[in-house]
Amino acid sequence: MDFISILSIFVMACFVGYYVVWSVTPALHTPLMAVTNAISSVIIVGALISSAAAGVAIAKWLGLLAVVLASINIFGGFAVTARMLAMYKKKER
Amino acid sequence: MHIATATPAWAMLAYLVAGICFILALRGLSSPASSRKGNRYGMAGMTLAVGTTLITHMNVGIIEIAIAIGIGAVIGLVTARRIAMTDMPQLVAAFHSLVGLAAVLVAAAAYLNPQAFGIVDAAGQIFTVSRIEMGLGIAIGAITFSGSVIAFLKLNGNMSGTPIMLPGRHLINIGTLAAIIGLIGYFLTDQSPWIFWTVTALSFVIGFLLIIPIGGADMPVVVSMLNSYSGWAAAAMGFTLQNTAMIITGALVGSSGAILSYIMCKAMNRSFISVIAGGFGAAPEAGSGGAAKVDRPWKRGSADDAAFLMSQAEQVIIVPGYGMAVAQAQHALREMGDLLKKEGVRVKYAIHPVAGRMPGHMNVLLAEANVPYDEVFELEDINGEFAQTDVAFVIGANDVTNPAAKTDKSSPIYGMPVLDVEKAKTVLFVKRSMGGVGYAGVDNDVFYMDQTMMLLADAKKMVDDICKALQH
Repeated sequence: MDFISILSIFVMACFVGYYVVWSVTPALHTPLMAVTNAISSVIIVGALISSAAAGVAIAKWLGLLAVVLASINIFGGFAVTARMLAMYKKKER
Repeated sequence: MHIATATPAWAMLAYLVAGICFILALRGLSSPASSRKGNRYGMAGMTLAVGTTLITHMNVGIIEIAIAIGIGAVIGLVTARRIAMTDMPQLVAAFHSLVGLAAVLVAAAAYLNPQAFGIVDAAGQIFTVSRIEMGLGIAIGAITFSGSVIAFLKLNGNMSGTPIMLPGRHLINIGTLAAIIGLIGYFLTDQSPWIFWTVTALSFVIGFLLIIPIGGADMPVVVSMLNSYSGWAAAAMGFTLQNTAMIITGALVGSSGAILSYIMCKAMNRSFISVIAGGFGAAPEAGSGGAAKVDRPWKRGSADDAAFLMSQAEQVIIVPGYGMAVAQAQHALREMGDLLKKEGVRVKYAIHPVAGRMPGHMNVLLAEANVPYDEVFELEDINGEFAQTDVAFVIGANDVTNPAAKTDKSSPIYGMPVLDVEKAKTVLFVKRSMGGVGYAGVDNDVFYMDQTMMLLADAKKMVDDICKALQH
């Protein structure tokens, strides 16, 4: 992919983000932060690539350390979001 | 142009689908009912992204990777299970710092082993466009990391919430930022290690410098802003890796954090620049007439008085603030609400957008205490109701109820939208003591109004006592 195609995806995604986030109810702003935290750890993709690459040992170890950090975020972020969302209940009638 | 990245077409599609899952994860949060499904979309997207990468890059080291993921999973899951809901702002700040650090590590790994990422030309030089992306990725990542560490320390109480003001800090900050931008520019022509690592080091420093002068009350903006940065860092790395899942996610998270910061700033009637400049809440403003107002008469009430007044009411609106979180009074408060409902009183909760230390903080605590979310209202939805309300019960909030924000042009909080508690027939104000002022350091006229009764005690103890009185 060339730079312009990637940039186009990025710009479109910013617009999608803008509209989607405005539609989030304020009551769920804390879970929103927790889940955005979890999904921004998709940076683990980069960490995995450098961990799996042969050649430069230090790059591999940096990658592995990044895998640990991103995994903490992914598992922790989704789990704590799930825990919070489970608490939001409607009035029992 | 980047021939070296031979990502198969199916993998590119898989990353796209992962990106769509992340969009759906955020979309789900438009209502509590759909939110749980949204979260599952998020998990599915992440599994897809990780799985695809593992399959396309299964060269060596799968065991080490499995161990690394395992370690992270255990730490993450244990933390998520154990954390108290009141500590959620700290946890989010800590998580942000991890994203920032991970971005730094990935950018550093990409710099040290660019072949692995397919971003070098035949002569062994890193592509120019990749250098910009890498430079931005490491700078934003490092700022996110050190800024979030400071935010964590402040929120967790390891560091005082009062702003730390260095002399000439604006000059230092602007100078450091200019140096970072200049060096990233220079990095385009020269990929020497010293430039790369100096950018990294300076970015760590600026993250630290940017957050230390920001006071406790401005933390909701800071946490949202760092949330945004962590997204932009992921997006920058997504450009380097030409990975659509990372780019889409980075854009989503980046705009999410930016919108939250905007909402928080608006709820405080402050400009983003003034929050970033810091110093708010450093010392009570001497000029705003605070000294002259000290000796005004006020009424003190007891738990029994409060119980009687509320049980006679038709409608009670509860206004919680950060003090409720500190006192862990949310469960007692819900019990009080239940007892009142048994007496036939209508109970509602009014949430100011900046109540607490992060966006939506109060809502989570009330949900934790089993308060149904349809009894909890946002400022603009409930503000008109105070005039027809018998009792406004303010617990652990202060600045967000201060009518000076509407009338007193000299007040530091002038123009901030506030809850009109003073329009209620009676205001019950739970507060530790009369001495303390809110974070903005201003006196609140509501304390001295005829219809106000001050309930001076620890929030949780006071609510417990009211519950006891209601049971009799």
